[in-house]
Amino acid sequence: MKRSLWLRLAPYLFTLGFFAVWEIACRAFAISSFILPPPSAIWAALVQYQKPLYTNAFHTLWMTTAGFALSIVFGLALGLLVGSSRLIYAGLNPLLVGFNSIPKVAVVPILVIWFGVGWQPPVLTAFVISFFPIVVNVATGLATIEPETEDVLKALGASRYDIMTKVGIPRALPFFFGALKVSITLAYVGSVIGEQNASNLGIGNLITRASADFNVPLIFAALIVLAVLGVLLVAIVDLVESRMTGWARRSQMVNG
Amino acid sequence: MTATCRRRPSGSFDALDLAGSRLSAFVELHEVTHVYGGGESTPAVDGLSLKIREGEFAAIVGPSGCGKSTMMKLATGLQRPRRGTVIVAGQEVTQPIKITGMAFQNPVMLPWRTTLRNLLLPLEIVEPYRSRLRANKSDYVARAEALLTKVGLEGMGQKFPWQLSGGMQQRASLCRSLIHEPKLLMLDEPFGALDAFTREELWCVIRNLHAERGITVILVTHDLREAVFLADRVFCMSARPGRIIAEREIDFPRPRDLDITYTPEFASVVHELRGHIRTAREAA
Ligand SMILES: Nc1ncnc2c1ncn2[C@@H]1O[C@H](COP(=O)(O)OP(=O)(O)O)[C@@H](O)[C@H]1O
Ligand SMILES: [Mg+2]
Repeated sequence: MKRSLWLRLAPYLFTLGFFAVWEIACRAFAISSFILPPPSAIWAALVQYQKPLYTNAFHTLWMTTAGFALSIVFGLALGLLVGSSRLIYAGLNPLLVGFNSIPKVAVVPILVIWFGVGWQPPVLTAFVISFFPIVVNVATGLATIEPETEDVLKALGASRYDIMTKVGIPRALPFFFGALKVSITLAYVGSVIGEQNASNLGIGNLITRASADFNVPLIFAALIVLAVLGVLLVAIVDLVESRMTGWARRSQMVNG
Repeated sequence: MTATCRRRPSGSFDALDLAGSRLSAFVELHEVTHVYGGGESTPAVDGLSLKIREGEFAAIVGPSGCGKSTMMKLATGLQRPRRGTVIVAGQEVTQPIKITGMAFQNPVMLPWRTTLRNLLLPLEIVEPYRSRLRANKSDYVARAEALLTKVGLEGMGQKFPWQLSGGMQQRASLCRSLIHEPKLLMLDEPFGALDAFTREELWCVIRNLHAERGITVILVTHDLREAVFLADRVFCMSARPGRIIAEREIDFPRPRDLDITYTPEFASVVHELRGHIRTAREAA
C-alpha cells in the first residue's frame, strides 16, 4: 500500500528533484545564465515569451503531424506492397536500405533548393526521416506470417487477397503501431531540423533566432516546450496503439 | 519395395467390405515424387503410392523428416508433385481442394480473434458459406458452439486463444478444421505437443467425430499407440525420400475403448509396426 503510493508519486518527485538539483547547482557554482540558465530563469523566459512559444509550437506540431501523416499513408502503402510480394521485396530491399542509411539532415539542402524557405522543407524532412520504419515494420509483419497459418487458409481455397485481409493486415497491425512510436519521434526531429534550416516559423526557427541573439534562457524554454510536446505526441500514439492491438501485448504476456 | 504388405487394397473386395459405399479410392497418390525448391536436391517423397477409401481412418507413421507432412500437402494440393498423380474424390488435384479440413501440431489460432471467430474463419472463405455469411450468421455461430460443446469447450467461444491452454487450443483447432463439414480431415501430428492425458482424451474426441460423421481421416503421427488405437489402416513410410514400405489393417472392432490399448493383441500390433519403423530408420 505504502510502496504503491511511493511508486505512483515517484515520477513527480524525481522530476521535481531534477529541477531542484539543477537550480541549486546553478546558484551554488554561480553558473552564468549564458552557459546554463537555472530553471527559474527558464521559467521566466517561458512566461515572458509565452506568445511566440505558443504560436511556434503550434506550427511545429502542424509540420510534424503533416509529415507524419504523409509517412503513414506512403509507409503503409509501400509496406503492404513490399510485404505482399517476394519479388518486390527482393527488388526494393537494397534501394530501401541504401536510402535509409543516408542521414536525412543531408537531404535538407536539396529540399531548400527545390522548395525554398517555407512549410515544405520541415514537412518533407519529417516525412523522409519517419517513413522508413513504417515500411520496414509493415513489410516484416506481412512477410513473417507463419507458413502453417497460410496453409490453413490456402487449403480452404483462400485467395491472396483473403490471406492479406484475414491474416496479413491484422497481424501487421502491432508492427505498424510499434513503428508509429518510433516514427512520430523521428518526424518531430525532422520537422525541427527543417525549421531550423529552412523556415521562418516553428520552434526550430525560434531556436535559431534565439541563438543568434544569445538568448540562452529562451533556447532552453524552447527545448522544454519541445520535450513536453514530444511526450504528448508519443503518449497519443501509445494510447492509439494499446486500443488497437491489445491482443498482441496480452498474448505475449500469456505465452511468455 | 521392401514391403511386408498385408492385403494391399488392389482388389475391390477390401474396398467393398470396409468402406461399403465406394469401390474406388477416395484419396489416391500414384507414384508421386516431390522435390522442394525446384532444384535437383533429394526428393522429399519419391514414388509414393497409397490409396485411402472413403470413410476410412488412415494413419501414417514414419521417421521424422521422411515426408509425412509433404504427403499431406500433396494430397490437399498445397504442393504440386514433380511427377505422379494425386486424385481426391475422383478428381485430379491441381490446386488446393476445399473439401478438406486441416489441423497441425501447432494450433495456429489467430490471436486477435475470439475462439468463436477463429472457428468461423473457414466459413468466411469457403463457398457456399462465404456468400451466405451475413444471412446465416446465427446458424453458423450455433454450429460453432455445438462443435465446441462436442470437444469439451462449452462456453469458451468468447475467450481469446491465448486465454486457453495448449490442449484447449488444439480442441478449438479441431473444431475449426471441421466447421465447413469437410469430406476429408487431415491431421498432421495434432497431439504431438500435448501431455499424455490430454492426448488420450482427444483420441476419444476424434474417434467419436469419425464415427459420427463418417468422414475420411488421414492422421500423421509419430505415436504408434495413437495410430493403432484410432486407425483402420496404418501406413509406414521409409526414411527420406519417403515411400510406403508397409501397411497394416487394424481390425479391432469399433467402437474402441481406451482399455484396448492395454491388451496384449494391441501391444503386439504396436510392436510389429515398431519393427517396420526400425527397419526404415536403419535403411536411411
Ligand atoms: N518448405 C520446404 N522446403 C525445403 N525442404 C523442405 C520443406 N518442407 C520440408 N522439407 C524437407 O522435406 C523432407 C520431408 O519433410 P516433411 O514432409 O515435413 O517431413 P515429416 O513431416 O515426415 O517430418 C524433410 O527432409 C524436410 O527437410
Ligand atoms: Mg511433419
